[in-house]
Amino acid sequence: MSQTAVADSETGLPLPELARRHGLSAAGRLPSLPEYTRHLWSYRHFIGAFANAKVSASLGSTRLGMVWQVLTPLINAAVYYVIFGVLINTKHGVHNFIAYLCVGVFIFGFTQSTVQAGVQAVTGNLSLIRALHFPRAALPIAITLVEMRNMVASMVVLTSIVLISGEPLNWQWLLLFPALFLQSIFNAGLALFVARLGSKIHDIKQLIPFIMRIWMYGSAVIYPVTNFTNRLHGWKLYAVEANPLLIFIELMRHALLEHVTLAGPPLRLWASALAWTVVVGLGGYVYFWRGEKGYGRG
Amino acid sequence: MCISGAERRATAVADDKAIPAYNAAVPTVISDNAHIIYRIHGSMAPGSNSPVASFKRIVTRTKSAAIREVHAVKGVSFVAYKGEAIGLIGSNGSGKSTLLRAIAGLLPVEGGGAIYAAGQPSLLGVNAALMSDLSGERNVELGCLAMGMTPAEVKAKTADIIEFSGINERGDFGSLPMKTYSSGMAARLRFSIAASKKHDVLLIDEALATGDAKFRKRSEQRVRDLRAEAGTVFLVSHSEQSIRDTCERTIWLESGVIRADGPTEDVLKEYETYVNK
Repeated sequence: MSQTAVADSETGLPLPELARRHGLSAAGRLPSLPEYTRHLWSYRHFIGAFANAKVSASLGSTRLGMVWQVLTPLINAAVYYVIFGVLINTKHGVHNFIAYLCVGVFIFGFTQSTVQAGVQAVTGNLSLIRALHFPRAALPIAITLVEMRNMVASMVVLTSIVLISGEPLNWQWLLLFPALFLQSIFNAGLALFVARLGSKIHDIKQLIPFIMRIWMYGSAVIYPVTNFTNRLHGWKLYAVEANPLLIFIELMRHALLEHVTLAGPPLRLWASALAWTVVVGLGGYVYFWRGEKGYGRG
Repeated sequence: MCISGAERRATAVADDKAIPAYNAAVPTVISDNAHIIYRIHGSMAPGSNSPVASFKRIVTRTKSAAIREVHAVKGVSFVAYKGEAIGLIGSNGSGKSTLLRAIAGLLPVEGGGAIYAAGQPSLLGVNAALMSDLSGERNVELGCLAMGMTPAEVKAKTADIIEFSGINERGDFGSLPMKTYSSGMAARLRFSIAASKKHDVLLIDEALATGDAKFRKRSEQRVRDLRAEAGTVFLVSHSEQSIRDTCERTIWLESGVIRADGPTEDVLKEYETYVNK
């Protein structure tokens, strides 16, 4: 058959017609969203195994191994405390500043590490993508799972710090579970979003550290949220208070700390957190799915 | 050289009695005038990547010189049938691997053409790295799950896969990280993982070349088994012996165009005269 052949020589059918008759599908066709979701669900075991593999691969060569999952957040909190609690005084009359600061650092760190890992979810696994067929969304989702696992260790450290610093344990603490649940879905959406963006524009990876830093300063992590309410007015204040990470941090402070001034009434914070979760979670998923067929190209 | 589909299939059936006749006419891969164009970022002449040059490009809004196009496959049409093993030959850079990647759905087909395939073709190549920090056994588990097996199936097959790959012949390598393997061992493990599943269409890109003679023989037998299970196998290889032993049909690609498509012996003969010219 030469390159000019357009019909099967036996049946005389044009090739697209022959393909249709035998139920062959065009390579590189994008599956529908429900079809894709079902496919992804059938790969849940792969997602779990991949997340486990990631953890053991990253810590496998260190001497302390899994101890780092607890050590990393501890050191992180210590560094911020020394700089912002001891050297530069940013307390401004916050009751129990250590706990206040640690909640901010840990909750922000959860999203930050997810984004940093997510931007490489596709570009860092190209050989796997080119070798095997699985729904590509499995990769950013597995990375979110890894970060969730790290977050469980971080939460043990965080709650210990908060308790030691003198906060009472009460029923309000149970709110930390829905807050973390919403943030995890938010993170998954964000990871899917940056994974596709990072696979298309490699320059994004260089920008992520700066984006995350400015996001941190806008999220009242290392100084009290009242700094914003005292100084900003009108749309500027609205813009700052709509920041999803500020909202997640405030929700966790509301859950764990007794005497804390929040950026708004708790109910409004929960409503905005839910809205952000739905928008970013779904939006990131749909955005990633649209690019499904291009990830192997690199 | 043009050989009609009917003629070719007649020889195919006569050559190999293992292929049931009712399978012969079911197409599994159809390539209809497929063009494949690579767009390569960041391969530039020296000097054009300097900060000044980049800035000038942004300011003057000229299209980045960094993007170059390579027309790797130029209008390829063929029909592959169930139970066929098809060899792909041609000199380096003739578009063989590119064509396989397009069949696997990893590269887009352009120029109004299309490639149709039954099920999801699986590409197996030498570059198909798994996770090098993990042990061979963990990689087997991960690879099998990534091919859509259930955890129970994986458990049942892991021992077989390690056994077939033969990586444990020199001691317990299965529990060592894959980065400690020689390239031949890693390639054998990858082939064993991919070949453990039944594929409608299996695309093998030079993956058999790195193994030693003993493993090559075993893997060629596995390719024949896969074919007998009514799958279609494409094999890219520079080893004429490999092609001769496993494929009864061969497509010869040169500069992205099909030069010949027919029974292996005829195509190889023509290819040899071309190479030795």
